[in-house]
Amino acid sequence: MAKLKIALYWAASCGGCEIATLAIHEKILKLAEVADIVFWPVGMDFKYADVEKMADKSVDVCLFNGAIRNEENEHMAHLLRAKSKIMIAYGSCAYEGCIPGLSNFYDRQLTFDRVYIETPSTENPKKIFPQTKVKVPEGELEIPEFYDTVKTLAQTVDVDYFVPGCPPEEKTTWLALEALIEGKLPPKGTVISHSVKALCEECPRTREEKKIKKFYRPYEIIPDPEKCLLEQGLLCYGVATRGGCDALCPQANMPCTGCYGPVEGVVDQGAHFLSALSSIIDSNDPEEIQRIIDDIPDPAGTFYRYSLPDSLLRRARIK
Amino acid sequence: MDNFEPKIVAFCCNWCSYAGADLAGTSRMQYSPNIRIIRVMCSGRVNPLFVLKALSIGADGVLVLGCHPGDCHYIEGNYKTLRRIPLLKKMLKQLGVEEERVRLEWISASEGAKFAEVTNSFTQDIKNLGPSSSGHLKQSSKEVKHG
Repeated sequence: MAKLKIALYWAASCGGCEIATLAIHEKILKLAEVADIVFWPVGMDFKYADVEKMADKSVDVCLFNGAIRNEENEHMAHLLRAKSKIMIAYGSCAYEGCIPGLSNFYDRQLTFDRVYIETPSTENPKKIFPQTKVKVPEGELEIPEFYDTVKTLAQTVDVDYFVPGCPPEEKTTWLALEALIEGKLPPKGTVISHSVKALCEECPRTREEKKIKKFYRPYEIIPDPEKCLLEQGLLCYGVATRGGCDALCPQANMPCTGCYGPVEGVVDQGAHFLSALSSIIDSNDPEEIQRIIDDIPDPAGTFYRYSLPDSLLRRARIK
Repeated sequence: MDNFEPKIVAFCCNWCSYAGADLAGTSRMQYSPNIRIIRVMCSGRVNPLFVLKALSIGADGVLVLGCHPGDCHYIEGNYKTLRRIPLLKKMLKQLGVEEERVRLEWISASEGAKFAEVTNSFTQDIKNLGPSSSGHLKQSSKEVKHG
């Protein structure tokens, strides 16, 4: 059998997903036996022009990580889609927008103001912002245009599979790669993970009745290592998050932050968590309810930490 | 703006508020035609997702109407709503959606007059606020490249 041809690409991401692809450890040797990497900007010296020269659908699989936030990201998404038989949104950024997607609370100008003017370490008295075209003595330079709104990969091109996680766990990555190597592909659109249920299913903590009088931020308390974190008033996202990671964060006494995305069948992870969370507030008095809610300083940023671009509203409305 | 007729979605619980709307109708009370009623079994059935969905596909305002506290057919469904809506409003505000676009009211089966009054006052509030752009954002963010 001919070797699989794999392309890897990063768009708006932190680089963590690149490390996650390497975190399959010695299994990478097995991957090397059956697959050739034909494009991988972070690890190998290929140019975009090399990809452009490839025949359409000549790449078997593209593992695409990162969100779509500028012209270059979008161009590469379209290019790699055309060249690849299977397109995988690898990691939370490509799947749901993730941390880069939080800039959908702002627009381009607000983001630029923050980055190029307001940050304490920046000195920019002439208020110079990136321009798409600039003339220099050697000629005209172009840089990709920065968009107002961060998009997911599936909002940009047709995507075949999704691998969740920020970054995906080793076993999740391998589950996807194994399916490709063995040619046992799940139905199109599958979110590849060991679980379709909520993370709580695999969390070893003991759960009793959920009734909350006060929410805490992680630095405010040292939680009991055995009891459900949500019952202790921490915003543990497990109830609204797909399992498959073995509840690593709760096992380290930290609440789940929701990086594996919504459970199967849920459209909007943030609304799902909001619904679950507010239902367990232990009060029927409007004033007390308001006081308890005031313990959550940033509900939108917390509930949509990984999924704002993929949510129903997709972004904040800027006046 | 004078001609702006808002689209308003009203989720009415089956046991109280929907019957209240029915009473308003059979009593021939005049109320604003801007609302589109969706009957649900309980206001506790109204997942915040429904409100977001309504806003994202073009509703200018969303009413959630349930039984008065203590009167819920399912004992405490409306208390869940009582806790959800304030948190939802707080979140919507961060997303740039005016919190006045979502309102929770208790309307019993005998309160046809209150149903008419709430509908009218909410419609007026939304008219004053103007059209919501949350619905249009969904379309524009998909294709439009901002230059």
